Amino acid sequence: MSLIEVKNLTIRFKTDEGLITAVEDVNFDIAPGEVLGLVGESGSGKSVTAKALMRLNGGNTVYDPASHIMLNAPDREPLDVLSLKRERDMILVRGGAISMIFQEPMASFAPAISIGKQMIEQLQLHSDMSKKRAREIGIEMLERVGISEPAKRFDQYAFEFSGGMRQRAMIAMALSTKPKLLIADEPTTALDVTIQAQVIDLMKDLVREFGMGILFITHDLGVIAQTADRVAVMYLGRIVETGAVRQVITRPAHPYTQGLLNALPRLDDLDAPLVPVAGDIPSPLERPLGCVFHTRCDRFIKGICNLQVPERTVVEEGHTARCFDLTQDARVA
Amino acid sequence: MNTALVSLDTLSVHYPLGRRLIGKAPVLKAIDRVSIDIPKGSFFGLVGESGSGKTTLGRAILRAAPISGGAARYSDGEVDYDLTTLAKDNLRDYRKRAQLIFQDPYAALSPRMTVRDIIAEPLEVMGLTRTREETDTRVREIAAKCRLNLEHLRRFPHAFSGGQRQRISIARALVTGPKFVVADESVAALDVSIQADILNLLKSLQRDLDLTFLFISHDLSVVAHVCDYVAVLYLGSIVEVAPTRELFARPKHPYTRALLSAIPSLDPDDTRKTQRLEGEIPSPANPPAGCRFHTRCPVAQDRCGADTPILDHADGNAHVACHFWRENLPG
Repeated sequence: MSLIEVKNLTIRFKTDEGLITAVEDVNFDIAPGEVLGLVGESGSGKSVTAKALMRLNGGNTVYDPASHIMLNAPDREPLDVLSLKRERDMILVRGGAISMIFQEPMASFAPAISIGKQMIEQLQLHSDMSKKRAREIGIEMLERVGISEPAKRFDQYAFEFSGGMRQRAMIAMALSTKPKLLIADEPTTALDVTIQAQVIDLMKDLVREFGMGILFITHDLGVIAQTADRVAVMYLGRIVETGAVRQVITRPAHPYTQGLLNALPRLDDLDAPLVPVAGDIPSPLERPLGCVFHTRCDRFIKGICNLQVPERTVVEEGHTARCFDLTQDARVA
Repeated sequence: MNTALVSLDTLSVHYPLGRRLIGKAPVLKAIDRVSIDIPKGSFFGLVGESGSGKTTLGRAILRAAPISGGAARYSDGEVDYDLTTLAKDNLRDYRKRAQLIFQDPYAALSPRMTVRDIIAEPLEVMGLTRTREETDTRVREIAAKCRLNLEHLRRFPHAFSGGQRQRISIARALVTGPKFVVADESVAALDVSIQADILNLLKSLQRDLDLTFLFISHDLSVVAHVCDYVAVLYLGSIVEVAPTRELFARPKHPYTRALLSAIPSLDPDDTRKTQRLEGEIPSPANPPAGCRFHTRCPVAQDRCGADTPILDHADGNAHVACHFWRENLPG
């Protein structure tokens, strides 16, 4: 059974300019031990989707009544995260069954409280363990993520850590409560490639060891290729293509995914021109009707793409895309 | 190599760390004895991890960081300047000829100025135009070259996307008609499609306006695609410099190889782990003795901790600073 199932997720925000749609009809699921990559440009709704799983979006958020986020944590009744009403019930999905690591580790630690104290606080919040036991677990986790002299580091502050170490400490803290699902929002974007490679290796090892599911958000298709099992490509709040990493990267079906790959500088072909996706991403206030991508698409069919929303179409086993111009043998899912 | 537009010889940028009553005060060697030639008309890449001194080197060449030793020349055919002693009128003239494009297009533009005023500011500050009409003409010319919509000149930066803001930044840098441009992580904050667009724009501007670029980036894939030459910087020293194709086909320094193998490959089956680096870049305030890379080098020997290797001609057009590069070349 999948760990988390997101069904028909539609998220709107109340703003002065009216109701803005940030995420529309998003569906995915993650099994235990599986890494799902979520890729897309800034403004595509990646982070809003992820925050919805922990109910971290702001007070002006409107979840569509048809949306469901089913959490199937072991030894617990299945739970719809969106049905949680009271703040205190949300502790289960905020650091309990679900943990999150953020892009900028400096901004995610409290600067005036030691790393260790923050780890203890989190552990005691989610269990009834003693302070001494929480300290032991914290130090153990720091050691586990490859921080040398963990007992000394435990009492230090975020500013005394380098960028790579902060991100490791962040991962240690997120995993200390043994979450079932880890949300990693651009966890390596602010790091150098050499440190990024270390952090990616670490996360792969931890998935193997702890068997949790990961929702890995990034704009870097290379990072996705090296970490994820499956990938979902988002554009303007919609998942336009999803499938196994190998399928989506080597045989992209949606024009947007193809465009992203054509714009990417690749080391295996230095002569390939970098082809940007034509045009600009539309403002969320002017969301296109029909297929959200039709304003920038080179396979745009007038009278169809600008009027109807494309259904999810099976490209091959486990690989679907939302596009009217898929090959003949494609069937409607 | 063609003639050098910028030529550096053992250039150093050292910052003092506090003072001592007796003895020498400790210094932070941000840039230490860097010797490179940036050929005229080239797209010269400068790569390295954060803290390696990429930005400082770019700024030193622009005379925005203090040069503490060595020689630096700028020679574009019209003028020939010694950058270490440049002052007053000549420095003002050099500012016109050498410009900088910043990384973050959101922080680089004043929210209180219109796009027209932002692009016109260098002209006004340097007194390069006499009348408002003349300024407007120059602004419109460069804005058109940077593929900006001229209707947008009256608007404020907040109305623009990251890609459009970076075009405004580029137009501002180019409005004085520079010959040399330092682009410091100019595409790092952009999405991949916009990144491709800006890179193509920089390349076409280089051809049309006969520019020389120093392109600073931490992203080797980007550098591989746009640059003619690449210099790899580690803790303030150049470890390898070579024409791009040579560097990527046959990286000679162990650090260059490690950097290349750390780039996540698009092929999910390709899990290279051969050259993974341990640890992080040491503090430049207290760099390792000998070869600065020896503490993280997978093939370091005893000699590396004692002798500092100098950047020397290897083969082809490559220069490398490693005692044992020949022995360690992968078969």
